Amino acid sequence: MNRTRRLVVDPIRCDAHGICAELLPELIQLDDWGYPMVSEQPVPHHLEAHARRAVAACPTLALLATEVEVARTAGGRAR
Amino acid sequence: MLLGAANPKVLWYLTRGFGLVSLVLLSLTVALGVAQLARYARPGLPRFVISGLHRNASLVAVGLLAVHILTAVADPFAPIALVDAVVPFIGRYRPFWLGLGALAFDLLVTLIVTSLIRQYIGHRGWRAVHWLAYGCWPVALVHGLGTGSDARIGWVQLLYLVCTALVVAALAWRLTTRWARAPGSYRLTAAASAAVLLLVVAVWAEQGPLRAGWARRAGTPPVSTIPAVGATGSHP
Repeated sequence: MNRTRRLVVDPIRCDAHGICAELLPELIQLDDWGYPMVSEQPVPHHLEAHARRAVAACPTLALLATEVEVARTAGGRAR
Repeated sequence: MLLGAANPKVLWYLTRGFGLVSLVLLSLTVALGVAQLARYARPGLPRFVISGLHRNASLVAVGLLAVHILTAVADPFAPIALVDAVVPFIGRYRPFWLGLGALAFDLLVTLIVTSLIRQYIGHRGWRAVHWLAYGCWPVALVHGLGTGSDARIGWVQLLYLVCTALVVAALAWRLTTRWARAPGSYRLTAAASAAVLLLVVAVWAEQGPLRAGWARRAGTPPVSTIPAVGATGSHP
């Protein structure tokens, strides 16, 4: 595992539907106005499927999973 | 086809039944879509469930419509080609009213395909296309009334009324909650056009499909003998 993902919210697109926080409460909490506060931690392996679901479910496509490289090793394969 | 060989009427009944159930699913899809926009949620019914139901209801509707179309094409009584179900207004069997069905199907497929590739076309493009949903449902309803053989059956009329009430309620909900910040003139225009459309469809239905002799006036070819309720063909 040399690549991982981190979730970010596009604050302009986000319309505070809150579906992401329902699907991924481990990493996403809502603020008092219903907008998501996303953990800056990389998405742990066991939550990747849930994270993908949350990204796909966002009604305004505001939740993004950006690929970040963590200690890349030579010849490493993504997933 | 096998079913058709056993009893040729089976296909015709399947066409009509699947058409009606599709209308129910489409109405639910519209209502769930509005519920999602209105941020409806209750304990035990979170938003991702509403969103999933909206999506899945539309997918089920397409599946039902596939059966609706295939059985109509396979049915030997009505001369409907597969292309008539996709290209509007070219068929021989009730061309206008069948064409509305083809149009509604095309719109629905457009809505679903653009939703499936939403990440690639972007939210703005997707949303612009998704406005077509408000055209798809009325077109499907008028197709059902105009080409359906069942518009004069009491419980079918009740079904149409319930579906219409559901969608009208959804529209009212949308105009009062989700569009509350939009200029009043937009909302008034939307509400007025919906009311006019509803009135026109109601008056037309009363003058047309709900009266005897509609099958002939709707453009049914005279040689086909359709074993519909109250319709007697003139087979040579």
